[in-house]
Amino acid sequence: MEISANTLRSDVVKKVSEISGENLSACYQCGKCSAGCPSADRMDHIPSQFIKLIQLGMDEEVRSSNTPWVCLTCFICTVRCPKGIDIARIMEAARLLKSRENVDHFEVSSLRAALEEGLPPIAVVSVFRKHTAS
Amino acid sequence: MRISYYPGCTLKSNAKNFEDSAIASMKELGVELDEIPQWNCCGTVFSLASDDLIHHLAPIRILLRTKETGSDSLVTLCSMCYHTLKLSNMRVKENPDELEKLNNIMYMEEITYDGTVSVYHLLSLLKERVGFDKVEERIRIDLGSLRVAPYYGCLLLRPEGVSIDPNIENPTIMSEFISAVGAIPVDFPHQTECCGAYLTVDNKDLVVERTYEILESARRRGTEFIITSCPLCQFNLDDRQKQVKQKFPEFEEIPVLYFTQLLAFAMGLDKKALRFDLNYVSPLSILEDKQILAIKD
Repeated sequence: MEISANTLRSDVVKKVSEISGENLSACYQCGKCSAGCPSADRMDHIPSQFIKLIQLGMDEEVRSSNTPWVCLTCFICTVRCPKGIDIARIMEAARLLKSRENVDHFEVSSLRAALEEGLPPIAVVSVFRKHTAS
Repeated sequence: MRISYYPGCTLKSNAKNFEDSAIASMKELGVELDEIPQWNCCGTVFSLASDDLIHHLAPIRILLRTKETGSDSLVTLCSMCYHTLKLSNMRVKENPDELEKLNNIMYMEEITYDGTVSVYHLLSLLKERVGFDKVEERIRIDLGSLRVAPYYGCLLLRPEGVSIDPNIENPTIMSEFISAVGAIPVDFPHQTECCGAYLTVDNKDLVVERTYEILESARRRGTEFIITSCPLCQFNLDDRQKQVKQKFPEFEEIPVLYFTQLLAFAMGLDKKALRFDLNYVSPLSILEDKQILAIKD
């Protein structure tokens, strides 16, 4: 992974900042977000590492990381961040990088099998909202 | 007391046991839940993108619908609806320009929305406007030694602005409720930790492991029942026990009820109000073992 002035000026920094409305450079890597994250053990990059990747403009790593897709939007990171960064919004912005390019994360063709399990409507609406192109 | 009520999609389907037990037990307390007319889905999740105004239209239209009935308060039962309505309401109150844009989109409506509807969750309504002491007075069945753990999940507490309890890390409102209905509240460390939410659709394994961890944590503290307020948490913690059992054969089932089912049971209400038939893990065998009164037909 190469870091240069170009990566720091990368599109990913700008887009995530714009969509989330958060100041990425406020993060000083204390790790409280990662400590409380119930999904951290399944993430390619724990939340604090993921923020660092965005800060450094590591576009490819950010886009291919599973981190925003196993984020549960539970807001633990948001309420604990000592710098007041709304990390849930950063994860949302990272998901939208893909969704806004018209790429689904959730395989819509698998919906029939999911519905046969008797899932509640809120689960189905939510996964469409969070994991498909919008 | 009459109050406008927003059910949302799941209360009319999978979570009919939540709605029926809530309406019946609130009636006992003199609270009439008036379902608002022509309601739409709230969108379930609050949009967290700065530039995504359109996803706030659905929740704001529900608040407009409420105002149309002449009411300035709206109560919801589902944690997801509560969270989304509350946050969208906060967002438009802080951003009058956005509210104006949304009102422009809703030009066919007879009134405009002005940000004046207060959104309540039923637990807050019970605590603040009815009073847990009034709840206590209506209890007919002695739950005695029944050990009940509260499961808050995420959306009743976070982010801070929506919290139904002043202490978001160590809330007590559900334990106070459990004491009011005459059971013993169990304090357990996973009561505010996420169940895996909508990943139950496309990452079932993650949810099965979360459910196992949460339920085992509750069991270690001697929990016999768990109560919750979110139909998605309820599905993950109750129905997903089927998959938990497959993955962890030594696992023993724990009933997960809506808090209103526990309330309706303690009030001695009938089967039609309790709807235990819709819970995957039935609470009946524990109630029988503990020789707690039989349920009326």
